[in-house]
Amino acid sequence: MVEGGGATQGQAEARRTLVRFEAVAKHFGQVIAVEALTLDIEQGEFFALLGPSGCGKTTLLRMLAGFETPSEGRILLDGEDILAMPAHRRPVNMMFQSYALFPHLTVEGNIAFGLRQEKAGKAERAERVAEMLALVRLQGYGKRRIDQLSGGQRQRVALARALIKRPRVLLLDEPMAALDKKLRAETQFELMELQRKLGTTFVIVTHDQEEAMIVADRIAVMDHGRLVQVAPPAEIYERPNLRWVADFIGEVTMIEGRLGPSGGVLDTGLGRLRVATDSSAKPGQTVWLALRPEKLRLSAGRPTAGDLNTVAGTVFEIGYRGELSIYKVRLADRSLMKVALANTGARGQASFDVDDLVWLSWPPESGVVLTG
Amino acid sequence: MRASGKSGRRSWGARAVVRIPYVWLAIFFLVPFLIVLKISLSQTVIAQPPYVPVLDLAAGWAGLKDFAARLSFDGYELLVFDPLYLFSYLKSLEVAAISTAILLAIGYPIAYGIARCPPRLQPVLVMLVILPFWTSFLIRVYAWINILQRDGLLNDLLIGLHIVDAPVAWLSSDTAIYIGVIYSYLPFMVLPLYATLEKMDETLLEAAADLGCPRWKAFWLVTVSLSLPGVAAGALLCFIPVVGEFVIPDLLGGSETMMIGQTLWMEFFSNRDWPVASAIAVALLCLLLVPMLFYERLQQRALEGEH
Amino acid sequence: MRRGPSLFNVVSVALGLAFLYLPIAILVIYSFNASRLVTVWGGWSLTWYRALLSDRAMMEAAWASLRIAALSASAATVLGTCAAIALTRGGRFRGRLLFSGMVYAPLVMPEVITGLSLLLLFVAFNVDRGFWTIAIAHTTLTLCFVTVIVQARLVSFDRSLEEAAMDLGCPPLKTFLTITLPLIAPAIAAGWMLAFSLSLDDLVIASFTTGPGATTLPIRIYSEVRLGVKPEINAVCTIMIALVAIGTIAASLMAKRGAMRRERAALGAQV
Repeated sequence: MVEGGGATQGQAEARRTLVRFEAVAKHFGQVIAVEALTLDIEQGEFFALLGPSGCGKTTLLRMLAGFETPSEGRILLDGEDILAMPAHRRPVNMMFQSYALFPHLTVEGNIAFGLRQEKAGKAERAERVAEMLALVRLQGYGKRRIDQLSGGQRQRVALARALIKRPRVLLLDEPMAALDKKLRAETQFELMELQRKLGTTFVIVTHDQEEAMIVADRIAVMDHGRLVQVAPPAEIYERPNLRWVADFIGEVTMIEGRLGPSGGVLDTGLGRLRVATDSSAKPGQTVWLALRPEKLRLSAGRPTAGDLNTVAGTVFEIGYRGELSIYKVRLADRSLMKVALANTGARGQASFDVDDLVWLSWPPESGVVLTG
Repeated sequence: MRASGKSGRRSWGARAVVRIPYVWLAIFFLVPFLIVLKISLSQTVIAQPPYVPVLDLAAGWAGLKDFAARLSFDGYELLVFDPLYLFSYLKSLEVAAISTAILLAIGYPIAYGIARCPPRLQPVLVMLVILPFWTSFLIRVYAWINILQRDGLLNDLLIGLHIVDAPVAWLSSDTAIYIGVIYSYLPFMVLPLYATLEKMDETLLEAAADLGCPRWKAFWLVTVSLSLPGVAAGALLCFIPVVGEFVIPDLLGGSETMMIGQTLWMEFFSNRDWPVASAIAVALLCLLLVPMLFYERLQQRALEGEH
Repeated sequence: MRRGPSLFNVVSVALGLAFLYLPIAILVIYSFNASRLVTVWGGWSLTWYRALLSDRAMMEAAWASLRIAALSASAATVLGTCAAIALTRGGRFRGRLLFSGMVYAPLVMPEVITGLSLLLLFVAFNVDRGFWTIAIAHTTLTLCFVTVIVQARLVSFDRSLEEAAMDLGCPPLKTFLTITLPLIAPAIAAGWMLAFSLSLDDLVIASFTTGPGATTLPIRIYSEVRLGVKPEINAVCTIMIALVAIGTIAASLMAKRGAMRRERAALGAQV
């Protein structure tokens, strides 16, 4: 999420690197979980590791926590190699997917557990536990047993327990997997607020791309143990670097074509399209044009304005999603294009119907040309 | 709890946890077996201890050579050539095999019945099955004497119902042995079976029905097939110890062919023939080695499966 | 979703339980029989219990059995728990195959073999046989049962709890003592109880490894039983059954409460 102004640090200010994965790889026997990758996580940012199951994101997180040892490479925290440090001595704390709350301790007992290991005084412990309970809005729940709490409450205990030691990095392993949609949305905003307030570096692992885009300052998209793209959410969504990324995040239509001799023009099955390219694509190269559904316009008649790309088609299917509808339009070459239109009409009146003849249009700069 | 730090370096705690039981078992399990083996190769004498040669380490290498020279296979020769022992082994195997089969036939319906009861009731039923096992084994065999003796309850019942006219000698017979074995080992059969049946996925049966399989066939093809590891575990858990049973045939059986456990006891305590008793033990162990290894493999596989 | 039990199922379970408990029930009832004969019911009476209490030999044997059982159960629990930890968490250490073989063998081995081998060991090293040799023998026999029970619990233990503790700064040994051990305590207790009853109950191994002056209750009962049915034996047996039953029920109630709490905690996490 892109933050506004105010007291928060703007993107322009350089943040220093807190965690560095240097050429880190992990094998389990013949299986390669993580291929040699290098990644920097900055101080004070909310960082997300995003990818499908098995992409290695959880392994990476666990290596940072100290529960797995890298097969190759180093992990640096504030410039210091932490590989020699066992898990219980790292200034890193984790919120587990299953919460892993100790069933034989009370809420207070769970939250204070970390402080007990630090040999903090009794008075100090009580004070900080009370502080944490207030932070996660569980005041008065201190003496409850774990099995008396709801799922959402347990999650907050797990969070408090992990934050009380004021770690340099807080790791969150799919923290919202067990919550329903509404609770998930609330928790996402709570986490963001918390992170902003504390200024602690958060690293979250998730397979839910919507979640990653909402909470994170920067996202690392992973696939099969490799880093695919590391960038702020807006950049990943608007400027994906690979077809795979464009497809993984959000909806997209891909059009294959050959780049014209002078750039700026794409020869496709739908005719000649105008595109905005960067220098990496060479004339004559086969490329793909990625179009996001919300960037396209539908009209009954052919738009005549300026250098708009226009394509004719028939509405094939309409997917109603409440706040918007996804229109699948069948084009002349039998391919399908997805268009997203907000349902602004009162009482969900659709602007178009199935089998209607329509024209799709978009400005050249709306699409992204991808070479891979 | 693996030691912290790099793999390969173990804390002293982790090493102690392995070493302490290891040493105990090595001393009190492994070494005794070697001694049994050694004595099985000795000769009987009327002395204390009643065998020669006695290993005298103080005599050094010469003592060792002398020791080796005096080893004999007399004990084993006796086993092979005297039909008493052969019949004893055969009888033991026979009793064990038949009673295991009966145990399976009786135990399977019981285990299956418990697995089909409402989940809340199951732990109670399982505990009821286990409870007799935790009371004295001797007591339970003894309880059957009460029932099976000449003027015992069974005869009372049978005479009262006019099924027989005179008291039947139930005790001192093979029948009594079977009853005793089945009674004592039933929990050993029911528990592994129940453990396997309870884990079974009901939806598999639904899938079979959906694909056109009649109930009885589905039971055979799905339930029974999937419960085979439990069947094997239960069968081995019963068969192997029954072969060497002593108390039950001694208290309930007759004086015809003795089972091998009785033979060993008699050779040891009555005849004071330690070498022969040891030879019997070694031969018995060899006989049971294959089933025991099989059971071991089952345990290992079950352990890995649960990970 | 689960079809209820059929009539056949219910009947099998009922018959099975009846078969298991009938002889015990008869034993208990007849221990209160005033008449000496099994076939004659002489009315309720405690004569045999009184006779039992004045039977010094029997009482001493019972006391010896209890002491041996408590001692060997405790030793077996410690050793068995260590063995279970070694087998589940120890990874692939040297000699693991031999170790697991030695641990599981007594489960299935005929007791005559185990008893004989231990006796020969004691004779070979000129150890005086009696109370301590029986205790050692029982420990060796019962530790494998403890291992099986504790191991089953350890295998299903949620490792993420240990990871959470270490993540919060608790070193591995302390984690084991403060987190793992309390949560597997019911299984360890169950192991102790099983070891206790097995020791209390054992005849064969005790007979082999006993010495002058150390008679256990089963040995005593056995020698009396060979001479015929005696009502005092019924009384002894009833008392033993009562003790074990009470102990078992108490232990399982404790275990169930612990399990129910854990289950509710686990279910709640999925909500």
